[in-house]
Amino acid sequence: MQRVGVFVCWCGSNIAGTVDVQAVSEALKSEPGVVFSANYQYMCSQAGQDMIKEAVKEHNLTGIVVCSCSPRMHEATFRKTAAAAGINPYMVEIANIREQCSWVHKDIATGTEKAIILGKAAIAKVNLNTPLTPGESPVTKRALVIGGGIAGIQTALDIADAGFPVDIVETKPTIGGKMAQLDKTFPTLDCAACILTPKMVDVAQNEKIRIFSYSEVSEIKGFVGNFDVTIKKNARYVKEDICTGCGACVEKCPMKKVPNEFNLGMDNRSAIYIPFAQAVPKVATIDPNACNMLKNGKCGLCARVCTAGAIDYTQKDEYINEKYGAIVVATGFNPISMDKFDEFAYNQSKDVITSLEFERLTNAAGPTAGHLERPSDGKSPKTIVFVQCVGSRCDACAEKGKEYCSKICCMYTAKHAMLTRDKYPDTEVYVFYIDVRTPGKNFDEFYRRAVEEYGVKYVKGMVGKVTPEGDKLKVQASDLIANKQLHIDADLVVLAAAIEPDKSARPLATMLTASMDTNDFFTEAHPKLRPVESPTAGVFLSGACQGPKDIPETVSQAGAAASKVIGLLAKDKLTGNPCVAHSNELMCNGCSSCEKVCAYGAITYENKEFRMPDRTTKIRRVAVVNPAVCQGCGACTVACPSGAMDLNGFASNQIMAEVDAICK
Amino acid sequence: MQVNEHKPLIVAFCCNWCSYAGADLAGNNRLNYPADVKIIRVPCSCRVNPMFILRAFQRGADGVIICGCHPGDCHYTSGNYYTRRRMAALFSMLDFLGIEKERTRVEWVSAAEGAKFAATMNDFVEQVTALGENKRLEDLRCKR
Repeated sequence: MQRVGVFVCWCGSNIAGTVDVQAVSEALKSEPGVVFSANYQYMCSQAGQDMIKEAVKEHNLTGIVVCSCSPRMHEATFRKTAAAAGINPYMVEIANIREQCSWVHKDIATGTEKAIILGKAAIAKVNLNTPLTPGESPVTKRALVIGGGIAGIQTALDIADAGFPVDIVETKPTIGGKMAQLDKTFPTLDCAACILTPKMVDVAQNEKIRIFSYSEVSEIKGFVGNFDVTIKKNARYVKEDICTGCGACVEKCPMKKVPNEFNLGMDNRSAIYIPFAQAVPKVATIDPNACNMLKNGKCGLCARVCTAGAIDYTQKDEYINEKYGAIVVATGFNPISMDKFDEFAYNQSKDVITSLEFERLTNAAGPTAGHLERPSDGKSPKTIVFVQCVGSRCDACAEKGKEYCSKICCMYTAKHAMLTRDKYPDTEVYVFYIDVRTPGKNFDEFYRRAVEEYGVKYVKGMVGKVTPEGDKLKVQASDLIANKQLHIDADLVVLAAAIEPDKSARPLATMLTASMDTNDFFTEAHPKLRPVESPTAGVFLSGACQGPKDIPETVSQAGAAASKVIGLLAKDKLTGNPCVAHSNELMCNGCSSCEKVCAYGAITYENKEFRMPDRTTKIRRVAVVNPAVCQGCGACTVACPSGAMDLNGFASNQIMAEVDAICK
Repeated sequence: MQVNEHKPLIVAFCCNWCSYAGADLAGNNRLNYPADVKIIRVPCSCRVNPMFILRAFQRGADGVIICGCHPGDCHYTSGNYYTRRRMAALFSMLDFLGIEKERTRVEWVSAAEGAKFAATMNDFVEQVTALGENKRLEDLRCKR
């Protein structure tokens, strides 16, 4: 039995106005375990806290019950008081007699009666409290960034700036991501390459940053501060440290008919390739599905022209093990497939393209060297129709598209339309939209400019059908404001495809035990107050993997994620929350029920040796909770059929005691 | 004048992150609800073992309500989904145990919904009062 001290607070007249505090402290005196009971005007004041400390010394208290305001308000205060008085801070319980009693009840008799019952429940609970000590775990001072787009690049640079080593893992042969494929960026129209490539060079030159390109994460174990990650470096058949990126091999390679992913298949590359001129690392990669030498051993031309001797046809996939303290997910997005949108004839005509393809068509480093040409015949288009919300805000067609707004399409379509009219003023440009959404600094001004200065024809309404006819595309659409059908003979149709998270996100989320929403976007720990943290401790989110985002938003989120990582890595040791689950291994039967409901992957199983009553030993499988990972929700305690699992601070017998005290 | 009007005893399990904070907000806004409601704080609604509810009924509670974060807003991402399933299973067995289903309820109250908390409690107390005293499961040995 504890030696409990009860302290009833008046909170001025806040509590004393509707609760007879004197009567409460008198009534609680006779409760089991109570050796001291008092009341005071302001328990949280210095004088009130001193009163608690003195009572602890004088009466040798082992538990404290404060009948006062909500524990959400002053639980931390009174825990500190307890620690200062020399008892374990987790031996304090609060009876909430302000927010949940005196403030909601007007009658003194009922208020007092309820306050006494709440006090009794707190006393019953504190009698079963046990001293708790938060666990400590060391922090590996190295961060992993998964994804090398602008989000990953910015996060890595910011973390490295603070002095911590960072590794970037990128599946493509180069970092740069989607931003490297863009032409100009809204709303300022500066060229994407001009602002991105210097950052890519910064990454390459930063001695704190290592780039694992053409690599993927294959296994993640461990927990916050102590992640154990296996990175698979795919064989690129070129020795990265020797290749100078001169490009002689690319020129000589006879296999020149491989669709170029970087230009979205609108032109071809060779079997050995460097994705684009400013690639980082600037190292050639051999495509094993296209290379003659790798497929049937005939060729070897690249090895002969390589003066550095970097080609290695026998290279194997390599697995690298590394420890990290924090992981940042920056896996980004992709436009959705247009296969299911037959009405727009994307698969029937080469002249129906997506916005990202349009971006490559207008890019000076793209397949047409920046000249706007129709992919089918190379003629310059005279009438262009842009269709917005293709697959976005699509609640009626959930199996085809997405229910959410892709956020960036309104702005890039305005940009495409404006740039087209600027460069080719004799081109007629239509934009079909549901709504034009332009919240953002200087965004609406930008859109107004497209309409007013550049004469882009914005039509509210959707395109119903696109039919290729001769060298024209017959566009059938409705103008909702004029309430009439439109028939336009277009030369080029550009579809603003919805964006979706990268396909690698879901398997990654499983490895990280990080949660995702139904659209496969990563969920943040709190939508407003913790937007760059995943609910899984030590996992942070950067960029479009968390939701559709433009470049300025991505960069600011990347910086925010980096600052959270720096905050974590700056600590030498992590102090955990001691109110975590623990398993009684003598009762555990190893059934895995608890593991299945744990959202954090905190529960593992171990084979342990037990001495049986007949002096034999037996090996049994039992659950083990990792206190550094457990967040203390208690889902496992209810799932456990044998009652082996319990939660510190909210133990089953404690809650039962509260129930009993209330129901007496 | 009514004599011996039955005052129900209601146990409310509230999750620390949403509903308990919602109850605090009801207090901050001075929104009245009957003193018959006694709140027990749990970290998450999924901490509530069906045993706790049966124990309350056995000890003479007239109604038990479980409050958690709205689906999708759980502080622990998925705890309230477990609550929803477990309670659906438990409530479906209550008739078999001899307790009216109407004595129980699961309600989602966010930290911003003080008014909803007070309204829910007023409504639930009224509902339980109409059912009268819980005599079927109450264990007389537990009565003082």
